[in-house]
Amino acid sequence: MAEHELTFPATEEDIRKLRAGDLVTVDGHIIGIRDRTQIRIFDEGVDPPLDLDGAFLLHTAPNVRKLGSGRYEPLCVGTTTSARMVRFTEPLGRDHGVRAIAGKGGLPDEAIEPMARYGMVYFALVGGAAALETTQIEEIEEVYWEELMPECLWKFRVKGFGPLWVGIDSHGNSMYRDVQTEATKRLEEIVAGL
Amino acid sequence: MSTVAVDLRQAVEDAAAHLYVWALKDIPQDLRDALADAKDKETSVPGRRVLETIVKNVDVAETENNIVCQDTGIAVYACRVGEHFPLHPAKIYEALKIGTERATVDTPLRSNAVHTLTRENTGPNTGYRLPIVHWEFVPDWDGLDVKCIPKGSGSENMSFLKMCVPADGVKGIKQFVLESIVGAGGKPCPPGIVGVGIGGSADYAMYLAKEAIGRPVGTTNPDPEVAKLERELFELLNETGVGPMGLGGDVTVLSCHVEHADTHMTLNPVAVNYQCWAARRASAHVSANGDVEFDREF
Repeated sequence: MAEHELTFPATEEDIRKLRAGDLVTVDGHIIGIRDRTQIRIFDEGVDPPLDLDGAFLLHTAPNVRKLGSGRYEPLCVGTTTSARMVRFTEPLGRDHGVRAIAGKGGLPDEAIEPMARYGMVYFALVGGAAALETTQIEEIEEVYWEELMPECLWKFRVKGFGPLWVGIDSHGNSMYRDVQTEATKRLEEIVAGL
Repeated sequence: MSTVAVDLRQAVEDAAAHLYVWALKDIPQDLRDALADAKDKETSVPGRRVLETIVKNVDVAETENNIVCQDTGIAVYACRVGEHFPLHPAKIYEALKIGTERATVDTPLRSNAVHTLTRENTGPNTGYRLPIVHWEFVPDWDGLDVKCIPKGSGSENMSFLKMCVPADGVKGIKQFVLESIVGAGGKPCPPGIVGVGIGGSADYAMYLAKEAIGRPVGTTNPDPEVAKLERELFELLNETGVGPMGLGGDVTVLSCHVEHADTHMTLNPVAVNYQCWAARRASAHVSANGDVEFDREF
């Protein structure tokens, strides 16, 4: 297990260096995105109002305080269950050049192949550890689609964001698939012994 | 009479406003102890790091006076209303609703509540039939106990029901709980509390599972047969290897609680409701004269 520090936006070369199980902390810009945001982009065909090339997408709907027109202060920013949004993985890589998707609980196995093909990774955060993550956010720089509050598109500037595990890498490996395979095997043995 | 009732309504509203925020900010001691034990026990490298991060996060929330998790949940309240408590449950409900709204606006908290079809946000964490209140009525008593359980969606989405048949027996119950938790993987933020409701009817089994997740870690069902099932399930669930946040490890659940009801001779319902590691809850005792005492438990 290697440890890395990465700055986003990132390149395909940066991403290909990462292996499932590695530990990563991130600086730079990350984009908050969620169910309704992606439904608008992919199901309603509305182009995102910012460039996602090389982006780190965080599955989040933050607690914020409004400071003024389009200006928000982060109060508590965490992450949500990623699996709900797995079907957006391929178009995010293919059409928008997204490099990393981060959330909690993992993505199902159908994300493994597109991540390998387009050079993407899934980063696992510790779900619920939002108070800590909030201290790693320097500023909310931009907010788009405020009418979807709190499921807007958020642009955060972060420092030392993590710890993040490479849950799925760009080489066809997934910690979640490995854990599920092992747990299913153990489950069969347990049930046989009941 | 009306003056007392108004003051009492206000006392319940103030209590609800306090409970919702308190529950979100301050994880109960039994959970803190269970998480610290889990951290010491875990042998997988990612699992231990996850638990270290969780324990650190609980401390950061305290020092920063922040909420522990960004998911402010849906507000669920459990009320025990004394027969002689001088405020009608209709007014108690109204007070809990307004208290929830006040907490959301004043803190401020993220509002999660949406219309289930249009998905339009309904405002300050309340709406049609929100908050959700569970009621119990107590004879020969004039008090009110209110427990607030903000329930996050990551864990609530991992809820499961199976109408086992009597021939499936206890084995069928165990198998379904184990399959549910392995299938849930990292999605409900393990290690948490697994609530299991057995017996009654389909809806009541799920209600009992929710009651089970509201119990503190370390409590056991008073029925020795049910308590035995709790212990066995706890051991078996931690043999699955799902581990903290589903990244693999020894600690998959902190606790397993089972609540039961007698049922029809042809029914064997099993409901599973998951509570994440941030198993938030806070309680208040309201006296007939409006005095409020805040506590962790009923």
